Amino acid sequence: MNFLLINFFLISLLLVTTFFIFKTTSLISIVALTGAFTLLCSAIYVNLDAVDVAFTEAAVGSGISTILMVMAAAKLPEGKKNKLINLFPSIILAVAISLILIIIIANLPLLGDPNAPIHLHVVPEYLKESKDFFHIPNVVTNILASYRGFDTLGETIVIFTAGLGVIALLTSNTLNRKTNFKKNKKNER
Amino acid sequence: MVGGLFIIITSQNYLKKVVGLAIFQTAVFVFFVSLAKVLDGTAPILTKMANAYSNPLPHVLILTAIVVGVATSALGLALVLQIYKNYETIEEKEIESLELKSDK
Repeated sequence: MNFLLINFFLISLLLVTTFFIFKTTSLISIVALTGAFTLLCSAIYVNLDAVDVAFTEAAVGSGISTILMVMAAAKLPEGKKNKLINLFPSIILAVAISLILIIIIANLPLLGDPNAPIHLHVVPEYLKESKDFFHIPNVVTNILASYRGFDTLGETIVIFTAGLGVIALLTSNTLNRKTNFKKNKKNER
Repeated sequence: MVGGLFIIITSQNYLKKVVGLAIFQTAVFVFFVSLAKVLDGTAPILTKMANAYSNPLPHVLILTAIVVGVATSALGLALVLQIYKNYETIEEKEIESLELKSDK
């Protein structure tokens, strides 16, 4: 019962944060609110027994990503008063998607039900065997590094590619568009 | 989650769109982790005291996904910076009008 109450409280805080991110125009406060959002999420993960995920979210999601966003926001101009675009179709889309999601969630097994299908398939073997195989008590580490090591290798490749892309984007300043645009602007003056 | 989608579609500022994408992702992560919860279970670290553990498999998937998500938003931010370098604005409407002007 306690668990559900804490969860409900944290999720309502998340909704409030999302609303304020939607409302504010100043870039730096958007970034700060995003940091708060991810920190709240890591609190939710702790509440849901996912301590490893909470660590990662607090370090990577709330730390590194906030630093990156602050660095970007420092270079960008202050946000203008935002006139909303596509307001009406997006409200319809949002309501439709939330309806669909609610229908789906109503059909899922109850939160914390130990007999739900996802708890019955491979996981019992993982929980039983992994201590004898790898001598590490943390099952998440065992699965991440051993049973699903190729997943982690793929993740590393993705991060490497993203890093290459970021470096390529930030160091290139010989795009055609720029010269064209600058020329046009000079002509206008 | 729907809030994140809403921000992506309605806001004009590109940085805000990237933030909306991050919120969207995080909502999906929370959903996944909530599926892994077992009542009366503890974190999946094997000890002698506990008798039920939460499901570790979604945790692993989400660990991977968080890191990939940060890489994605870093790429998005780099794109936004490059757009700002080229157009000197990151508002969608203004870029549109500049494009229309330069086409003439």
